[in-house]
Amino acid sequence: MDLVATITANWNYLIVILLMMGGLFIVISQNNMVKKLVGLAIFQTSVFLFYITVGKVAGGTAPILMSYGKAAYSNPLPHVLILTAIVVGVATTALGLALVLRIHAAFGSIEDDEVLAMKADAGMPRSKRSRSSDPDGSDPDGGDPA
Amino acid sequence: MRDNPVLRTAAKILFAPIIVFGLYVQFHGDYSPGGGFQAGVIIAAAFILHGLIFGLEAGRRLVPEWLNLAMLAAGVLIYGGVGVAGMALDGLYLDYNVLLPDPSAGQHVGIILVEFGVGLTVTSVMLALFHAFAGFSEDRFADKPEDTAGGGSQ
Amino acid sequence: MTVFVTNMLLLLFLVFLLVLVIRTRRLFAVVVLAGAYSLVSAAMFVNLDAVDVAFTEAAVGAGISTVLFLATMAYLPGREKVLPSSGRFGNNMSAAIICVIAGALLVAAAVELPAVGDPNAPAHLHVAPRYLEESYSFLHIPNVVTTVLASYRGFDTLGETIVVFTAGLGVLVLLSGYTRTRRTRNETLSRGEGDDA
Repeated sequence: MDLVATITANWNYLIVILLMMGGLFIVISQNNMVKKLVGLAIFQTSVFLFYITVGKVAGGTAPILMSYGKAAYSNPLPHVLILTAIVVGVATTALGLALVLRIHAAFGSIEDDEVLAMKADAGMPRSKRSRSSDPDGSDPDGGDPA
Repeated sequence: MRDNPVLRTAAKILFAPIIVFGLYVQFHGDYSPGGGFQAGVIIAAAFILHGLIFGLEAGRRLVPEWLNLAMLAAGVLIYGGVGVAGMALDGLYLDYNVLLPDPSAGQHVGIILVEFGVGLTVTSVMLALFHAFAGFSEDRFADKPEDTAGGGSQ
Repeated sequence: MTVFVTNMLLLLFLVFLLVLVIRTRRLFAVVVLAGAYSLVSAAMFVNLDAVDVAFTEAAVGAGISTVLFLATMAYLPGREKVLPSSGRFGNNMSAAIICVIAGALLVAAAVELPAVGDPNAPAHLHVAPRYLEESYSFLHIPNVVTTVLASYRGFDTLGETIVVFTAGLGVLVLLSGYTRTRRTRNETLSRGEGDDA
């Protein structure tokens, strides 16, 4: 049947989609913030795998030109886009981890439901709309360096 | 880890070859897999190794904070500067064809300069990230208006 | 045949690592498993002819990312708090339903894509032949990924460099106390030394 033929030709994509959904499951369902960030990293890496699989040319080689031999090269364009995406991914992870450290310093916990419960107990709104402009109070002179 | 002779000797011996390998990856990126990002991470790994084994203060003496921030900005400015140089020489922004009389040599120079800028930025960012995370102390940020909620003593 | 077996083995190993990450409670083990996942993905990238991407993924994903996670773990509790099983089940079930629906939609789209490795897929016929040809005849630079990254798609790389720069700035502001003035910053930094010892 035609569907069976396409599935056997595209089985790479199916396993990678399974990995993507696993990463998404970790992000949505786990309460621990570090585990959420790990799930996000797994999700991103699986998306990269999907993208690079699109660029593969059967019988080709890495897109580094050689003066002899093969004339078929894999598509270099997905590689470039994924290089950018990898670096952006690590930037996101670094910022996420910095936020987790500050959340732990402020609340003493990195479990999502506990932090939300603490915020509700302290009467804080779920968003920061009503915060004053100087929450620390650590600026005695009003911020003027002169 | 400073007292362990194996780690200390290994870090001292490995430091220079890692940087040389990083520079090789940076400038050989036109002919083999490599380029700015990979080289930046490798060179930062050498400094991170030094900081791990000999302590954060020794690491900070090697690369002071002002130098780290200056390299961070310099990398982005080099990249942007190549673009502006293209405009100053009657081309478009980031046009490498006009940088030298021969267009393909101009492309070559443009690519090398741009990758160098990228490598510089990535090195300084990774090093700054390491020092920010490793030198973090919860006591600095612990007092918030809602003082009832913990203070990092978990 | 060997290519098929290698692909299958690497992908199944990735699925196995994913299941381990979901089930592990100790955060240190989770972080190390994430580094292993990145490293096996780098091997998979080499299998798919993406050598530059494999290099970057191994260096950045398995290297820097793991270092940052471990540096964070020094300040955090080492185990995940486990909810009572009734709360966890409801949580997991709704997440699983969302993932199954999203996965089904993606699968329905993925079977319509051209076969993996088809040289006549539209993705390989648009600008890629021009990049490969011009890197040889005009630029004389063998690494086509570098030429596309730095020359043909130079604006994307400029944006990416600025993203890395911004991430560094953001982390410095969050963790190193770069508040409004140098005086308040010195106060913040000195607060962490030697008080409540």
